[in-house]
Order: sequence, then structure tokens, then C-alpha cells
Amino acid sequence: MTVAAHPQQQVAGAPATSGRRVAGALLRDRAAVLSTAYLTLIVLMALGAPLISAIIGHGPNDFDTAAVNTDLGGIPHGSLGGISAGHPLGVEPQNGRDILARIAYGARVSLLIAAAATALTTLLGVVLGMLAGFYQGWVDQVICRVMDFLMAFPALIFMIAILSSLPQGNRSVLLVVVISVFGWPYLARVVRGQTMTLVNREFVEAARASGASTGALVFKEILPNLRSSLIVMTTLAVPGYVGTEAGLSFLGVGVAPPTPSWGQMIASSVGWYAVDPMYFAVPGLFLFLTVLSLTVLGDRLRAAFDAGEAS
Amino acid sequence: MARYLAGRLAGVVLILFLVCLFTFVIFFTLSPDPAVMICGKTCTPDRIDQIRDVLGLNQPFLTQFTGFLGGIFAGRDYGHGANLVHCAAPCLGYSFQTNQSVMDMVVERLPVSATVAIGAAVLWLLFGILAGLLSAVKEGTWWDRTAMGLALGGSSIPNYVLALALQYVLVVRLQVLPFPQAVAFGDDPVVWFQSYLMPWIVLATGYACLYARLTRANVIDTLAENFMRTARSKGLSPALTMRRHALRPALTPIATIFGMDFAALLGGALITETVFGLNGVGKMAADSIAKNDQPVIMAVTLLAAFFVVIGNVVVDLVYTRLDPRVRITAR
Repeated sequence: MTVAAHPQQQVAGAPATSGRRVAGALLRDRAAVLSTAYLTLIVLMALGAPLISAIIGHGPNDFDTAAVNTDLGGIPHGSLGGISAGHPLGVEPQNGRDILARIAYGARVSLLIAAAATALTTLLGVVLGMLAGFYQGWVDQVICRVMDFLMAFPALIFMIAILSSLPQGNRSVLLVVVISVFGWPYLARVVRGQTMTLVNREFVEAARASGASTGALVFKEILPNLRSSLIVMTTLAVPGYVGTEAGLSFLGVGVAPPTPSWGQMIASSVGWYAVDPMYFAVPGLFLFLTVLSLTVLGDRLRAAFDAGEAS
Repeated sequence: MARYLAGRLAGVVLILFLVCLFTFVIFFTLSPDPAVMICGKTCTPDRIDQIRDVLGLNQPFLTQFTGFLGGIFAGRDYGHGANLVHCAAPCLGYSFQTNQSVMDMVVERLPVSATVAIGAAVLWLLFGILAGLLSAVKEGTWWDRTAMGLALGGSSIPNYVLALALQYVLVVRLQVLPFPQAVAFGDDPVVWFQSYLMPWIVLATGYACLYARLTRANVIDTLAENFMRTARSKGLSPALTMRRHALRPALTPIATIFGMDFAALLGGALITETVFGLNGVGKMAADSIAKNDQPVIMAVTLLAAFFVVIGNVVVDLVYTRLDPRVRITAR
């Protein structure tokens, strides 16, 4: 975020561009590498969900009553929640749906919603934060009041109330919109503050004095300098949104069944945790590791950017 | 000071009013007709009209909204003639599902939510701040790395996953705890404690991990300040510099965040209360949403917003006492 990150002063291929330095720092960090590897795996799994389904021979909504013991109330045959060659991660009790297939398809839902919510939040946060910081005055006043209002709102209760009273439309889109509406102030606040300091810096004044248009000031001078904090903040926001989506689905207002989602899988396992612990352990572990990896990655990114600032 | 307070309180009232209006508009425009829902399967058009009339649902939006607001401050009457029901001053209406007064329901359940919040807060402050302090003092050692690694992991566990895992291990497998029951403290303190222990741990884990990381970062920042160098160079022992000079500036921001987190929790820990079947405000919120019980949803939304906004004001007031560099000036 210093002048070093300023594109005009960077020479292509110079040894210490901030992007390369950060990438190098992350590559030397074991936790960051592991997190990236796990996240890559999850993304591949989400992309290849139909392929996984085809290989194991079970769709995410295919019932397999042969895999569950109907005499015992439908708990899966075999140990560890019915893990077998045909069902590598076991089956759901009662109807025998394959857990791996549902995890893979559920990853699509969770990641897509989290990514879309992050994109929309970032867009809203950057545009409104920069508007407030750049123009100040009454624009700033209005945007700040709206942010105060949204942040004072009991967001979780309200999200659930809205989602439950809205008609059953496209749940995923609704989730993204609702999460973003309550999420952007946290980003906008930071963007606003940084824009306010940047506007008064010498290089912006110089650009203004040499006749740069407002658009050029915003996109060539200010936005590039927000880049590192934006990368860090969005990386740290994604795990939150993965968790929020899972939480809302857990509470029954997320994506509508039979579309699988990790939170919904955990919610349906609540009645079974005593007899079939694998049913909540598998989606729980996937969810936990995804949130952890994203958090670690965001944390390390911030450390790497901060180190660059200090040097 | 008085002017500042008056300004802040006006802000509180404005925000609460907006929350009310916003929630009301959403229900008025989007929700399915509550009269049809209350009426159930054996329903006649006459009966629906009657319900609409008694609840005032046939009135225009503004009348309904002012009726709701008026009920909070002055009480209100439902229906007329022989069906007249008076609802006394802080009136939040009656549940569509149980016909209970919503105010009574809130008063009944608030202590449960408060117990959950207070117990969890004690746990997370104790463990979070202690772990953070130790990590900061022993920066870079194996303790620091382990504790911070654990904190990162702990803050990534969704609390319903932790709740299920704890229940499985402690209740089903090891059988060291009974399944949580609704027992009053006076009836059986031991069972009471055992019943609340898991919700406290589940709720406290995420916060404790967060607070440990915040405390560590703040203490490390403070230790690098000039006044700390002065304190050390005038010969104070490390323990004394820590106690006299470092703790206050390092922990002041934590107090702010704590105020906000705690206030939000008072409005109900939705997921934790639901998973453990605790009859608090959070479970009431989840239940009412599942059944589309609008008066109750209105009440819990308003209550949660109330705690958050009041918490905000209290935090700002306390902050000026903790940090003498901040002075309130009437704007």
C-alpha cells in the first residue's frame, strides 16, 4: 500500500514487485501451501462433481436402500457410517444417499454462494466506500448513516426472517443478496478510511494538478493502492460467508432440499449424531477445513503484505 | 456530556424506529397472509375476516404500524365489543401460534439467554485473554506458536459442528455429562451447571480464540511503544511494567469488542440454543421464524437491535473512562 505498490513506478520484471514477493513468502510458508493445496482439492472436487458421481456410480440424490439396515431404523450397514468400496465416505442413514457425491455437489453450492457473495460485497464495499471517501461531504454522511444502520441490525435474525418470509424462489440468489446487503459495510468502512488518506497524498494531488480526470484518479491512482488490503479483506471474508451459508442452511432457510449443501447435511444429521456420528463428522470436517484453510491463507497474506509495508 | 448523551439516545431511538419500520414493511409486503395461517385447515372466509378484524390486519399499513408502536408505549386493544382484549403498556402483541403475550414470552426466556451469554463470556474472557497475554510475553516460542495455531483452528469450527461433536464425545461416548435439561438453578444446582456447561463451552470457543489473537496482537504492539521503553529503562521489573503500563492500553480495545459481542449475544444465541434445546430468546426466534409467527419475529428482531444499539452507547461511554486520551466533546 506504499508507493512501491504504485504501478507507474514498477518496472516489469523488477526483482521486488509486491505480487512476486508475496507469492514467494507464501510458497515458503508450510501452512499457506497446505491450505492452498486443500482449497485446490475442494475446487477440483466441486468442478468434477459429476465425474465423481459417475466413478462411484451414485448421484447426489440416488437412494440406496441396500446400504442401510431397515430393521435398525435405517442406520447404514457396516462400521463408520457405511464406508465401503461403493461409498468411500459412507451413506446417509435411512435413505442411503452417497455422502461423497453429496459433499462434492454441496461444495459447488457452498463455494459458489460464498464466491458470489464475496464478489458482490466487494463491489458494493469498494464503490460505496470510495464514493464516501472521495467526495466526502453529504455523500459521505449518507453512506455512513446507512452503514451504521446496517451494522446495528441483528443481521442473523434478520437474514433468517427475510429468507423465511420470501417466496420460495431461487434460494441461492436470495442468499447471496441478503448476505451481501449486510456484509458490505465492513469492507466499505476500511475502503472509505484509506481513500480519505490517499486523496490527500502528494501523488494524487500531482495527478490532479496535471489534469487527470476523476475516472483516471480513481482507477489509476487510488484503486491500485487499495489492492493489497482488498485482497486480504476479501480472502478473510470468504470463510465467513462459507460459514454463514452453512449456518443459514443449517437453520433451514438456506438452499432448498434436495439440493445438497454442507450446512444442510449437518442439520439433517442432528437427529442421528448418537447412532451415526460419521454423518455429521464428514461434512463437519470438510466445512471446518475449508474455513480454516481460507482463514490461514488470509492471515498469511496479510502478514506478507504487512512485511512488505514495513520494509 | 448531557448533550452528548441526549444526542446518542436520539440516535438509538431513530435506529430502533428504522429497524421496526424495516421489519414491518418486509412482513407487510412479502409474508403470506397470517390470517390464513392461523385459521388452519377448517377455514371459512367468514372466519378469516373475523381474524383479520380482531388483529387489525384489514387496516392500511400506516394504521397497523402506528398501532404496533402505540402498543409498545401505551398499550393497545385488540378487537371490539365482546371480543375486546386489552394488552398493557409494553405490548408486543400476541403470538399467532400460542396466543401468549409476546412480552411475557420474552420476559420468561430472557434469563436463559442471559445465563448462556454470561457463562460463556466468563469462559472466553478468562481463557482468551490469559492465552493471548502468555503468547505475547513468550512471543515466538513453542507455546506461542501452539496457542495461536489452536486459536486459528478453534475460530474456524462452526459452533453447531462443535456442539454435535461435544455432545457425541461427552454425552454419548464418555457419559461424563447428562443431556442438557431445563432445570432452574434453585432446583438442582449440579444438573443446572452440567446442562449449561456444553452451551457455554461451544459459545465461548470461537470468541476465546478470537480474543486470544486480538490480545496477543495488542500487547505486542503496546510493548513496542516508547512509554514501555521508558518504563523498562527506569528499572521496573518486567512483571511490573506489564501490570502498571501495558495492560490498560492493550486491553482497552478488547473491552470495546467485548461490549459489542456480549450485547449481540443477549439478543439470543440462535444456533447454540437451538442445538441444545435451551428455551432462550434465540430458540424462540428460530421457532417463530419456522412457524412464521410474525409478532414474535418482530419482538426478537427489535430486542436484538435494542441490545446492539444500547451496547454501542455503553461501550463508547466506558471507553472514555478507560482511555483518558478520548474526551467527549459536544458536537
